[in-house]
Amino acid sequence: MTDMYNMPDERGHFGPYGGVFVAETLMPAITELNEAYQRYLKDPGFMAELDDDLKHYVGRPSPLYHAQRWSKGLGGAQIYLKREDLNHTGAHKVNNTVGQALLAKRMGKTRIIAETGAGQHGVATATVAARLGLECVVYMGAVDVKRQKLNVYRMKLLGATVIPVESGSRTLKDALNEAMRDWVTNIDDTFYIIGTVAGPHPYPAMVRDFQTIIGREAKQQCQELTGKLPDALVACVGGGSNAIGLFHPFIDDSSVKIYGVEAAGDGVETGRHSAPLCAGRPGVLHGNRTYLMANDDGGIIETHSISAGLDYPGVGPEHSWLKDIGRVDYVNINDNEALEGFHALTKLEGIIPALESSHALAYTMKLAPTMSHDKTIIVSLSGRGDKDMHTMAEREGIQI
Amino acid sequence: MSRLKTRFEALAESGRKALIPFITAGDPNPDFTVPMLHALVAAGADVIEVGVPFSDPMADGPVIQRASERALEHNMGMSSVLALVTEFRKKDQLTPIVLMGYLNPIEIMGYEAFANTAQRAEVDGVLTVDLPPEEAEECVALLKARNIDPIFLLAPNSPPERIRKIDAVGSGYLYYVSLKGVTGAGHLDMEDVKRKLAEIRENTDLPIGVGFGIKDAETAKTISALADGVVVGSAFIKKIEENLDNVEKVKAEIIALTKSMRQAMDS
Repeated sequence: MTDMYNMPDERGHFGPYGGVFVAETLMPAITELNEAYQRYLKDPGFMAELDDDLKHYVGRPSPLYHAQRWSKGLGGAQIYLKREDLNHTGAHKVNNTVGQALLAKRMGKTRIIAETGAGQHGVATATVAARLGLECVVYMGAVDVKRQKLNVYRMKLLGATVIPVESGSRTLKDALNEAMRDWVTNIDDTFYIIGTVAGPHPYPAMVRDFQTIIGREAKQQCQELTGKLPDALVACVGGGSNAIGLFHPFIDDSSVKIYGVEAAGDGVETGRHSAPLCAGRPGVLHGNRTYLMANDDGGIIETHSISAGLDYPGVGPEHSWLKDIGRVDYVNINDNEALEGFHALTKLEGIIPALESSHALAYTMKLAPTMSHDKTIIVSLSGRGDKDMHTMAEREGIQI
Repeated sequence: MSRLKTRFEALAESGRKALIPFITAGDPNPDFTVPMLHALVAAGADVIEVGVPFSDPMADGPVIQRASERALEHNMGMSSVLALVTEFRKKDQLTPIVLMGYLNPIEIMGYEAFANTAQRAEVDGVLTVDLPPEEAEECVALLKARNIDPIFLLAPNSPPERIRKIDAVGSGYLYYVSLKGVTGAGHLDMEDVKRKLAEIRENTDLPIGVGFGIKDAETAKTISALADGVVVGSAFIKKIEENLDNVEKVKAEIIALTKSMRQAMDS
């Protein structure tokens, strides 16, 4: 008998992590959401509509691509890329927004709000809101609004209102605070689409469930292509939604090694990073208990990463649990290493990856050579790099 | 008996309602806080809520957010806040002090270490905005064992069974958040407040404080006719914000507002 992994518990706990840590006004809304989610999860009509959207609107299944040239160059394991960058809107984020928006519609909510860092989740939310005819408001840190102008424009074209957040560090965590404030004020008609596996229960479980399509497809595709399970999985972890989406269907497969890659920014040793699992401590933020970057007074520390999508001081509570039980190895990759990953894939495979995904690629460059030719690694290529052209050019002193 | 219980019983006997000002510890600077607390008591405050600054105050509107940011510039963390309460107690043994803030500073300090330090500082109540009763068991037990009241929030959308659940874990008083939104927001619909308070009364015997959206003496008076306590926060902090370069003026204006509320509530 093997113990099947079955988390979270009824109240949203992954061991000591997760839970519901919110102000009283949000409690009834969270209860309502949880009930609706549990109900529709078992509703064949809802699931059929979701599957249909994933196929015809998102473009799933996404390919599992054997990066032969890159694998050969590294001289070790065979690397397969799960191509979430080929989804509609260019990243894995849309898997979740399609699901949550369908849920919002079924619940009779007419207004959608979201937070966004790099803008990928904001774009994915504005996209589904446009399609379903729902009002959409996206909160984005004022700093991020400046460095991700292109995505701001995309959201506006899609009919969303983008509100720059001027409080705190004016980045993703502050956008989340502001979205929570909006939700508490407009609780009756508003559905909050959280973009990652964080927040109060049921969000970490719900977003995971919408994202596990990544791992379920990858598992089947890997069997078809190689006739066996992969030997290792690699994905980047900010909040950790693409990672949990890939990892979750493999958790009970003990032969599969799993690596979550955090952003080390200037280097974990400098303190200027976004790696709460590698260098943080447990605490409570944004509705759940999890590893955080906090100072001795409990204040949240500002994060640093070249990739706006990994620039978050917390992480999904399930990752905290998977770290503590030792099922997933959490490692980190700094800005410079991530850039090496970015260039390698671009030059050798003709695929321009997102800077977030580049962290997973960079770790794969360290891992693959330590494994033999007959071994297989699946890497989550969570998004495409078009949005990062400005950051890259600026970094390399090129004017576009 | 806890200071809060004593205070609310004495008020009930004399037919008065509690005036409960809120100020953020360390705003606009750490030297301001303790003298201001004493001045609030002299002007008619019965209980004081002291805000513990936090980097990510999700339930607060812009006014209290900025107060937190100003205090954090002076490194006003939990230990410093508790030191201010200790200082206050040297001259005031009677006025209950309630710490109001978010869970993470308590988590990082550790529940037991926090409860012990709060007890030594003679804190009377702890209101943690993002700690609903479902997650509060351990923390509540540690506080109650030290005669510190855990204060919980009630919202306009809290159903009766939830009010009873909160009544069962909370003590001292219950804090009714009178509108859906963040601190300092909008206008109160008195009929709504009245209806909801009647429902809350049916489900608890604890005193009820009402806060969020009380800005002037007139509103304080109206609310005091319905509730056991009136909590005022953003209106005071606005005075700080409007006169950052003139601390004496801030103090005078806060005292004047407190007195006018006291007078209106007692008349």
